[in-house]
This record gives sequence, C-alpha cells and structure tokens, in this order.
Amino acid sequence: MEKRAVFKSWWLPVLFALPQLVLILLFFYWPVAAVVNWAFTLEPPFGGAAEFVGFANFKEALSDPFYWNSVVVSLIFATVGPFFCIFIGLTLALAVDRQLPGSGFFRFFYILPFAIAGPAAGMAFRFILSPERGLAASINALSPDLWNPAKYGSHALALVIIIFIWKWSGYTFIFLLAGLQSVPRALGEAAAMDGAGPFRRAIDVQVPLLAPTLFFLLVTMMTEGFVGADTFGIVHSVTGGGPNHGTEVMVYRIVDEAFQGLNYSGASAQSIILIGLIMVFTFIQFRFIEKRVHYK
Amino acid sequence: MIQRTPYADAFTYAIMVIGFLLLLGPFLVVLAGASQTMPQVNAVPFSFLPQGEFMKNASAAWARADLGTAMTNSLIMAALVTAGKVALSACTAFAIVFFRTPLKHVFFWSVFITLMLPLEVRVVPTYAVAADLFQPIKSILGFFGLEIGIEWNLLNSYAGLTLPLIATATGTFLYRQFFMTLPDELAEAARMDGSGSVRFFFDMLLPLSRTNMLALTTIMFVYGWNQYLWPLLMVTDPSYKTLMMSLLALLPSDNGIPDWNVTLAGSLIIMAPPVIVVAVLQRWFVRGLVSSEK
Amino acid sequence: MADIQIRAVRKSYGKTPTLHGIDLSFDSGEFVVILGPSGCGKSTLLRMIAGLEDITAGEIAIDGRVVNKLEPRERGCAMVFQNYALYPHMTVAGNIGYALKVAGVAKAERERRIAETAKIVGLQDYLERRPAALSGGQRQRVAMARAIIREPKVFLFDEPLSNLDAKLRVTMRAEIRKLHQRLSATSVFVTHDQVEAMTLADRLVVMNRGHVEQVGRPLDIYHRPASTFVASFIGAPAMNLFTTRIEVETATVRLDGAAIAIDPLVAHALRGREVIVGIRPEQCRLTTEGKGLPARIDFVEELGVGRVIHCEIAGEAFAAAVAEDADVSAGDTVWLSLPPEQLHFFDAETGRRIEFPLPGTDIAAARGSASTTQHTGVLS
Ligand SMILES: Nc1ncnc2c1ncn2[C@@H]1O[C@H](COP(=O)(O)OP(=O)(O)O)[C@@H](O)[C@H]1O
Ligand SMILES: [Mg+2]
Repeated sequence: MEKRAVFKSWWLPVLFALPQLVLILLFFYWPVAAVVNWAFTLEPPFGGAAEFVGFANFKEALSDPFYWNSVVVSLIFATVGPFFCIFIGLTLALAVDRQLPGSGFFRFFYILPFAIAGPAAGMAFRFILSPERGLAASINALSPDLWNPAKYGSHALALVIIIFIWKWSGYTFIFLLAGLQSVPRALGEAAAMDGAGPFRRAIDVQVPLLAPTLFFLLVTMMTEGFVGADTFGIVHSVTGGGPNHGTEVMVYRIVDEAFQGLNYSGASAQSIILIGLIMVFTFIQFRFIEKRVHYK
Repeated sequence: MIQRTPYADAFTYAIMVIGFLLLLGPFLVVLAGASQTMPQVNAVPFSFLPQGEFMKNASAAWARADLGTAMTNSLIMAALVTAGKVALSACTAFAIVFFRTPLKHVFFWSVFITLMLPLEVRVVPTYAVAADLFQPIKSILGFFGLEIGIEWNLLNSYAGLTLPLIATATGTFLYRQFFMTLPDELAEAARMDGSGSVRFFFDMLLPLSRTNMLALTTIMFVYGWNQYLWPLLMVTDPSYKTLMMSLLALLPSDNGIPDWNVTLAGSLIIMAPPVIVVAVLQRWFVRGLVSSEK
Repeated sequence: MADIQIRAVRKSYGKTPTLHGIDLSFDSGEFVVILGPSGCGKSTLLRMIAGLEDITAGEIAIDGRVVNKLEPRERGCAMVFQNYALYPHMTVAGNIGYALKVAGVAKAERERRIAETAKIVGLQDYLERRPAALSGGQRQRVAMARAIIREPKVFLFDEPLSNLDAKLRVTMRAEIRKLHQRLSATSVFVTHDQVEAMTLADRLVVMNRGHVEQVGRPLDIYHRPASTFVASFIGAPAMNLFTTRIEVETATVRLDGAAIAIDPLVAHALRGREVIVGIRPEQCRLTTEGKGLPARIDFVEELGVGRVIHCEIAGEAFAAAVAEDADVSAGDTVWLSLPPEQLHFFDAETGRRIEFPLPGTDIAAARGSASTTQHTGVLS
C-alpha cells in the first residue's frame, strides 16, 4: 500500500529534491537527449551547424563489419559471463547456506573480490594468466601458444570474461545467499520430514524458491555485461579491445569511436542501438522468463 | 534439525574450499608476487610463497606511477562522491516519500530512469556538459537566437570528477526503501508534537537512518574509489590523477624489464582500500548492496 | 478544556466516501468513546479532529474555533496511537519531552516537567531507557506521558489498549479513567471493544459504516439500542433477534411452534407490520416445563459468574444467560420465558428501533381492542 504521505507543502519537496534533480538533469537527461540528437545529425568537419541526416549514422554503423564483430563479442561476453557468475554464486550460496561449522569464514572471503575495481583485477590477471608465467607457462610447455591471449582474440576474450566472472561471482553470491536465507526454515524441515536429503532439498525446494532472485540477477548481470563500468574497464586495461578486435565489446567501441575516432555521431548511433538492445533484453526477460518464476 | 549427512557435508566443504581457492587464489598470487624479487616473480613454476621484498617493490611502484598524489586524489574523490550521495539522496528520498504532492511521482520516475543507462553509453555528451556547464542553457537560448558569454569548465577539478557520479539513483532507493518501512504514525506523532517537516527530517529521519547511511557509505566509497572511465576522460592535469588512472603506468614497459613484482605491489596498493572497507564493514556493505536494489 | 463541535463532516478517499455526514457535539471535560467495528471510520474521524486528515466537507470546531485549516500543533490536541509511535532513537525522557523541545521550552523547565509527568504514569525509574527496552505496558505509558506533558485541551486515543494483553488492558483502562478525573481534559477514545467502551465512557458514540448509529450514555444505549446494529454490537453475548410478524388477536409473536406474549398495546400498534423482535440473553428466564418456549441445548458456556445456554430457536442461534447453579447441560430441553417488557422491537426494513407509544396512537382504544383477546402460553 502507498504510504500516507504526511506533509503538505508543495515547495519544500521541490527544494529537497532540487540538488539531485539538477545534477540528474545536467549530467543525465541532457546528455541522453544529446545522444539522441547527435545520432540523427552530422556535424560538418570544419564547423557550422549540425545537419539532420536521418538514419545515415545508423546505416553507416550497421554496414561496418567491425561493428557487427563488436555485437558478437558483446553477446558472448554478456551471456557466458553472467551464466558462470550465477552458476558459481548459486553453488557457493547453497553450500554456505547449509550453515556447517566454518561456513561464515568462507562467506567472508567470497565477497572480497567484488570490492576490487575491474581494471585493477585485470592488472593482476594479466600477470596470473600471462602466457610466459605460472600456470599458463606449464600449459604452453606442452605445445607453444596453447594459451596466448596476446596473440589470439578468442584467448583474450576468454581472459576478460574470466576476470569478469571472478569479480562478479561474489555479487551473485550475496544476493543468492540473502534469497536463500529468506526461504522459511520450515520449508526445508518439511522436505526433510518428507525424506528428502540435502541435494534433493536444494534442487526441489530451494532453487525454485530462488527463482525471483535468479531472475533479477540474470537481468542485472546481462545489463552489466553489456554496458557495465567493469566491462569497459577490464577490456580497456587488459586488452585494449585487441588482439585484432577480438575483445572489442560494444561499449568499448563506442568510447573508442568517440574519443579516438572523434566520430560523435557514429558513437551516438551505436549508443542508441545498445540502449535499444538492453531494453529488448529486459523486455524479453520480463515477458517470457518471469512467467515461469514462482513469486511468493 | 538433527541430521547426519556425512557425504553431503564432505561434498559441501569440498565446494566451499574450491570456491575459496578460485576466488582467493588471485589475491594470494598478487600478495606473493608483490613480495618477491624480479627473478622470483618470473620463475616457472610460480612460487606461492611470499618473500620479504614487499616494501621495496611498493616504494618502487609508488615512485614509478606517482601514487602519492593519486592516492590523495582518489581519497578526495571517493569521499566527495560518498558524502554527496549520502546527503543528496536522503533529501530526495524524503521529498519522494513524505510529501503529499503529485510531483513525487515525477521525482521518483525521473530518478528511477537513471538506473537504466550507465555513464558509458552517454559519456560523450556528459563530457561535453562537464567541459562547459552552461552548454545546455546556451543551447536552449541559442534555439531562441540568444547568446551568453559565460563558461564554466569542470575538467580537471574535483567537482567535475564527482558531480556526474552523484547524479544517479542508487542511494535514493536505499533511503526510500527504508523510509517506506517506517510506520506512518511516527511522522504523525511528530506532527502532533508540533514538529514540522524539516524538523522531522533532522530530528527523526536522519538519526534513524544511521545504519542505512553506513551501508550506503561503504558501497559508495567502493564505487567512487573504483571509477575508471570518467577520471580517464576528465583529467589531463597530472595533479588530479587518481589511482585507477595510474594502473597502466605501473605496467612493465613492453621492451623493458619484466618487473612484475613492482606492478603487483602497486596494484595491491590500489586495490587495498576498498577491500579493507568491505572486509571490516562487510555487514554494512552487504546490506547496502542488497537494499539498494529496488 | 474545550468542547468539540462536529458539523456535517464528510470524508472521502478519492471517490470512495468513508464518512457520510457526521454531526456530534462533545462537552468540555467529557470522556467520549467512539465505538464501532473495524473499518467503520472511527480512526478517520479522530484523525480529522487531530488535523492529520483533511476534512472533505463540513467543519470541526474546538473551543468554538473552526479548525479545518489549522495544523495539528495549532489545535491543542494530543494523541495516543495504537502502535504508540514512540521515537525509537530517543530515550523515554526524550520521547516525553520532545514536544516541549520543539516548542522551545528551556532545558531546566523541560526536565522538571518530564520528571513530573513521568511520575504521574509511574515511569520515573525508566527515563534513560530506549523504547525497545520497555515492556508493552511501559511503552503505552510513555505514549500517555507524551500526550499529558503538553497539557492539551483535548486528548485523542486511537485504540491505545488493543496491543496489550487482556489483564494489562483492564489495569490501563482504570488508569486512563483515573487520569481523566485528575486532568479533566476533553477526551475522545476510539475502540472496537464494547467492554472498554462501556466502562470508560461518559458518553458513547456508536458508529457503523461511516454513520453515527447512536449517541448516549452507555446504559441508555444498552437498554434502548437505537438499531439492530447497536443491539447486536453492544452486550455480550449479543441480543437475540428474530424477524417475525405480530398477531394482534392473540397479542403474541410466533417463534417456531411457540407464541410469546407481548404487551397488547404494542401488538395493536404494530399490527400488520413485519418487525424484528429482540431480547437480551440476560433477560431470559428458565421456567417450568410446559411454560414458555421449549429449547434443546446445543452447548453450555461456563463463565464463572453464570452460564450461557446456546440453542436454536426458529432457525436462529439463541443464547440465554442463567445462574451458575442452573441445572442445564447439552442435550437437555429447557423451557424459557421471555418477559414481554424486556422485548425490543425494530423495524424489519430499516432496522431502527420502534419506540412506544407510537405517535398518534389512541391508547384507550388500543387497550380496549387488545384486552378481549389476551392469551399467553403455547399453542398446541
Ligand atoms: N489513507 C486511506 N486511503 C484510502 N482509504 C482509507 C485510508 N484510510 C482509511 N481508509 C478507509 O476508510 C475506512 C475507515 O477506516 P478507519 O477510519 O481506519 O476505520 P476504523 O474504524 O477501523 O478505525 C476503511 O474502509 C479504510 O479502508
Ligand atoms: Mg482504526
């Protein structure tokens, strides 16, 4: 139910909300409007007013094979990454939720990677998974270049996805554990009375009840994979989009196109497509997945 | 519940230990590498044993990437983002929850929408606004054929580093959630006692929100500290550099010596503050994360 | 002290009307209880007096001054809420003294008054505690103290006792009553509990579905309920009610196979009308076999001070209160007499009470026509 709003002044709420609204207007709504504007106009190279060019910027973007490459890279990144994040988070949450002695210790550490910035984690992994050292060196000893992210785009993509998974598994873990803990204990006990062992209980009782949380995480993580700050940060600091455009995710390409290529109109058109894509994803997820989700 | 499930328990521990190794392993590698000498860090196979070289490596990293200045700037930036967020979003949530005005829905939705589109997809025009704060007004006036000559550039300033990051919804929703759980009668009792809305905000809401503020502080500190793209664009003056921007400067140069021990020591310095915050205030951090989502 | 006038007050939430024109007038110093089932609009009315809710139409005056547009703090009312609404982050002293702090009363004076008020409600030893560390009864006292300290013209109580256990409720009831005698400010007390209402009220207002059903002294309402709603809402067990028709010739009402004698005057007045007849369980008497109304007992409720027989008559549940030593048990058939002067009559359509004599009745003629056919007893 709506809260009974208590105070009646009309100007006080405006005054209270104003600081944040002004900031949002300046740094959110105006820029978003500008993105839309730029996507449909083109600024002549040597000054002068921007001209309306309809969908020309979109056509140009869509006819660029590198653009399509970035779409494919982003799709892989934003499906594989979230899948593993949720899988790992769920497995660990189910384990910790059994509340065996010592599980508090593990829980404490599982959350820590999430505190690290994507680029900083990237720096560590550049060392950990570099082809010349440690684990990877032993693999490459079998046959040269079995693992070489500096040379192969697919290896580099795997590397950035691994970093993403490493960082974000703790996040899904937090939410899934919170979700599990809100499942009434009595349910598990009832299932135990029905003779279900721990595994059966996990599959039959706990996971179905987690459906809303899983659904929420799916939407959040995929959005994060497509446009999250870490997605950009990891790619920028680890591979710079390479080798050979192999890790050029859509956000990276947009920023690169704008600030290296100085092609604001093209970047804006790509932004609009990305925004549209996210909305479609969110819509599909709400429409088709939410139906099979059991809310309380 | 009394249960004897030795196999399931053993399996559970196995999973927890594997998870521990996967998630903590990279930390251990960084810790070990940061405390080794250059030959040790490049040895195959890699030794996970920490050595005694950390301070030396750290000071080398400190000098190489000028981490002192960057550390100060990162601290200032994270503190400003946190303080701004904690203060402003409390005010907005108050306006949204406690007033009987049709505007509250306008406020709510205009703040809510900002969750949808992260900085990365609107970064160019946001940068343009930061480069000239009055650009929106100028454009609107320009539309009517007017021109004004004022300009206010936020590039290379703390305001420019932080204000656009404060303009998002996270904290507002955390407060809103909390305010919604307060019984209506609390505000009514205060009103009967003669307190007006502003007084209610300061006497009741703020003291009651202390735990939520702590939760918000932890997540906003981590958020502010870990900003990467925005400082990269905003800052050209080295005296405003943040730690995240120094990361790439820590890398061993391509044809130079592979002194990864120094790089790792530097990365460790950069990673440490948010990790410490999350480790010490984990309860609040988790609470902030969970309750700032819808 | 102040009197309260409520004139043609209406309240709608959006398009849904909640109160349909309330007219009430409370005297200065009176203890008024508003009684009604939950959802009937009691709280809404109280909150309009307090200034927490807008008045859709009509006006409310306190002490002769129309307060429709005044802020709560300008009305001189104090309120005790059902969930107490204590400030969780303040100590007991902080809670009690908050109104004075807002009003800018100096610290020393404030502390003196806090101590004084705490003593009245017996909280002097708990001043430094937080509400979370208090029992339900103590929290209730803090809420009361918070109201008392302001020395308001009007006390408003919104079901303040319903979160307490039964025993504490009785104690607090007595304390509230004592407090009222001591402070003698006008008090308006809302409750859905009829025992609470009967014991506390100088004057009782019974509400139902946004209407006032009856206003009066508790005993008057008990003895002369103005409608079937009031009749069944007040008194426990509830009044027995039957829809039936009067037989003028025999001056009886028929129930099942039995006929109950009524006053011939009444019978005459009500001839041809469909009515609802009511009798309170405490007015039914056990009588000897063959007299009155036969009833087979379904079960017997033991109250200690007496017993209540539950049975079924004319397809309706029927209760009768009997002495605790009455020899009754489930399965028995007993004979009940229903004294004619204890019967209540209500219009079957409107449910309103029918008062006697009806206006325009020719009493002599009525007596004449009725006396010829006076019979009582069971028709075989
Ligand atoms: N803020 C509100 N918005 C809409 N309807 C309300 C509101 N408050 C109360 N009502 C409705 O008004 C009616 C009377 O409520 P209330 O005065 O609280 O009853 P009660 O007699 O139980 O105290 C109820 O049907 C309730 O649903
Ligand atoms: Mg009520």
